[in-house]
Amino acid sequence: MSQFDIEKLPKGSKGFMYDWGSDQRAFKGVPWGKAMMWIFLLSDTFIFSCFLISLMTARASTVVPWPYPSEVFGLTVFGTSVPLLLIAIMTFVLITSSGTMAIAVKYGYEKNRKLCGWFLLATAIGGLTFVGMQAFEWSKLIFHDGVRPWGNPFGAEQFGAFFFMVTGFHGTHVSIGVIFLFIFARKVFRGDFDTGRRGYFTSMKSDYEAIEILGLYWHFVDLVWVFIFAFFYLW
Amino acid sequence: MTDEYTDNKLETKAADSSSGSYTPPAEAIPAKENPEQELYHAKSFWTKWVFCQDAKVIGIQYALTATAIGFIGLILSWGMRLQLGFPETFSFLGPATYYQSVTMHGMIMVIYLLTALFLGGFGNYLIPLMVGARDMVFPYVNMVSYWMFLVAVLVLLASFFVPGGPTGAGWTLYPPQAILPGTPGSEMGIVLMLVSLSLFVIGFTMGGLNYVITILQSRTRGMTLMRMPLTIWGIFTATVLALLAFPALFVACIMMTLDNLLGTSFFMPEIFTMGEKLDYAGGSPILFQHLFWFFGHPEVYIVALPAFGIVSDLISVHARKNVFGYRMMVWAIVIIGALSFIVWAHHMYVSGMNPWFGFFFATTTLIIAVPTAIKVYNWVLTLWRGNIHLTIPMLFSLGFIVTFVNGGITGLFLGNVIIDVPLSDTYFVVAHFHMVMGIAPLMVVFGAIYHWYPLITGRHLNQTLGKIHFWVTFVGAYAIYFPMHYLGFIGVPRRYFEMYDSPYMTSGVGLNQFITVAALIVGFTQFIFLYNIFTSWYKGEKSEKNPWKANSLEWHTPDYPPTHGNFGKELPVVYRWPYDFSVPGTDKEYIPQHVAPSEVPTAKAEQT
Repeated sequence: MSQFDIEKLPKGSKGFMYDWGSDQRAFKGVPWGKAMMWIFLLSDTFIFSCFLISLMTARASTVVPWPYPSEVFGLTVFGTSVPLLLIAIMTFVLITSSGTMAIAVKYGYEKNRKLCGWFLLATAIGGLTFVGMQAFEWSKLIFHDGVRPWGNPFGAEQFGAFFFMVTGFHGTHVSIGVIFLFIFARKVFRGDFDTGRRGYFTSMKSDYEAIEILGLYWHFVDLVWVFIFAFFYLW
Repeated sequence: MTDEYTDNKLETKAADSSSGSYTPPAEAIPAKENPEQELYHAKSFWTKWVFCQDAKVIGIQYALTATAIGFIGLILSWGMRLQLGFPETFSFLGPATYYQSVTMHGMIMVIYLLTALFLGGFGNYLIPLMVGARDMVFPYVNMVSYWMFLVAVLVLLASFFVPGGPTGAGWTLYPPQAILPGTPGSEMGIVLMLVSLSLFVIGFTMGGLNYVITILQSRTRGMTLMRMPLTIWGIFTATVLALLAFPALFVACIMMTLDNLLGTSFFMPEIFTMGEKLDYAGGSPILFQHLFWFFGHPEVYIVALPAFGIVSDLISVHARKNVFGYRMMVWAIVIIGALSFIVWAHHMYVSGMNPWFGFFFATTTLIIAVPTAIKVYNWVLTLWRGNIHLTIPMLFSLGFIVTFVNGGITGLFLGNVIIDVPLSDTYFVVAHFHMVMGIAPLMVVFGAIYHWYPLITGRHLNQTLGKIHFWVTFVGAYAIYFPMHYLGFIGVPRRYFEMYDSPYMTSGVGLNQFITVAALIVGFTQFIFLYNIFTSWYKGEKSEKNPWKANSLEWHTPDYPPTHGNFGKELPVVYRWPYDFSVPGTDKEYIPQHVAPSEVPTAKAEQT
């Protein structure tokens, strides 16, 4: 019996046929957790697609004018109104946190405990900043501009409903991600992945693969934000 | 340099293609790709049987919970039937109770019974055993999945006890009526229903990810996708459908909850009630229908595909013959699954869609008949000249084929727009979907329970009670649903509390009474089945190992019934598909999947 060697498998389209025709694994060399996260993200994509398609239907069929985004999402700085300022900063912070996450994954591969931990922490703080700014945005819309889920002074009432629901759902995703980033930063700093310390709930060992899986989730959340950004703020 | 594994494969091919005498191929044992799975070994009673991480126990937990709630659904159907059959007699059944029974019966049966039983129950129990894994890939997540399901069921049950009772909006929960006063349960019932569904989706996603990844990434050596039992193919495809369809339901639930609690207008147009304008404006009820049916139609196949898979295995084992056209069966399952995502609006022909839209959806709907018919032909051809043992699983499988063909043919009527419009919202529809996704999958559920009960408990179910169960259920199902087709043709609308003195009810009155009596008898028989399950658990006839002489891995574990970790020290290596029955050239009547070619050198088994 030979040792399994992924390098020796056929490549390209032949490789695809070989992988799916073979035994044991359809995705060769992919750990279980990673495959699971990809399938979960596919399922989650359907959730966000349903939200955004619903938004498109509402917007296409409304008889009341849809609010003008650069007016609603403007911010007045030193007496001049700058459209989409806050959103631009929020988007920048979130995309930057994707960058730090990618670096954390790289150091995870290299089993560089310290740097991996620090970059995870930086990512978590980026995410936290994003959620904080979103809270600020929501409170400005609610308390200052009088936007409510059931109506707003700018136009079609579905605007507020969809805005709070979709950004809220995305914000929940970010918040869950931030919680896990903090947990995993702690795990990395403590050296769980080097010492094989067992998880509190699952009582299973884990390794640096977990960082990559968390990274997948985090990049997905950022990618979804790009679509939400386009649909709410640019359309 | 090529891999040894690939080399062996080539040799196998060469041996096959050489004409004339048959040479058994060289045995290729591929290298191990998956590291040995570390299992959680439970020590206490609580972690072993309650918060259990063993997929087999989780499967049983799922199955028992689903069965319990399913019997509540059964009793609710009795309430409906009593009202329809004898309208004046039962005063405890008011219109509100009737609508609540209809709604809860539908939702419970489709989601909390059938989906949970097929995927949560059979899926959990069979997937690791059949693909040769020690457990699901993430046992902890799998356990949480069950407990989420249980919470969803409890929330659903709680809605029976809140002011206003459970929702009575019909299982489709169409807005705006679902959340407006006048519909029973529009106070708290609908909220609890929506919350329960959302919890179910979350719980199912955890389980479903486990099933998919276990099948894709955790098969044993030699277990290629095309050597998997069709049961696994059915459950796998259904799980993929569920992972992609449930999101639409989840989104619809969230949006309707917000409409109800926060006063948003996602699905609510401008509405006047009692001469007053409500605060809603500008929403689209049709949007809900699209979201609901984008989930709702794949849901039909989430229930049907595992049934297709399981019944193929039952027929093959109990007719001692390989499945006819295995690859065709696999592709039919996959194609049906894919097509099920582009047919949803055939549930909405009367919603005022553009007729061209109806044309598109009618076309896609009728195309599904092609792979489905292929499957039916293949089941029949599997039986043809097979050595049919009329065991109870076989009886139920035969019952399945008949009821499924019946329900499938009425589906052709309803799939056509012009025929659907007059039949829409009549008892013809009720008869159709009960036949095709109620009775047919339940036949498979029953057959599967009689088939795998010995594996789970080490004992057989009582055969006499089983035969009574089959005949009463099968004949009774026809007694119930056949007349309903006729009721539909004479125009009896469904969901009506009472027909009053409608002219078409002259022949309908007697039929309704007949249906009610039949439904009571069939329902009662299910309690006999329940009694059989519980008494046979400790009193049933002891079964020897592999009583049906099946080939798939679950029957060939070192311990019987299988224990924690499933396969003892070494995972089995698979050399063939699970359908090597009555193979020519050998005195062995069946060749299990893990038997190497060298052990049966003379068998003329085709290499799969």
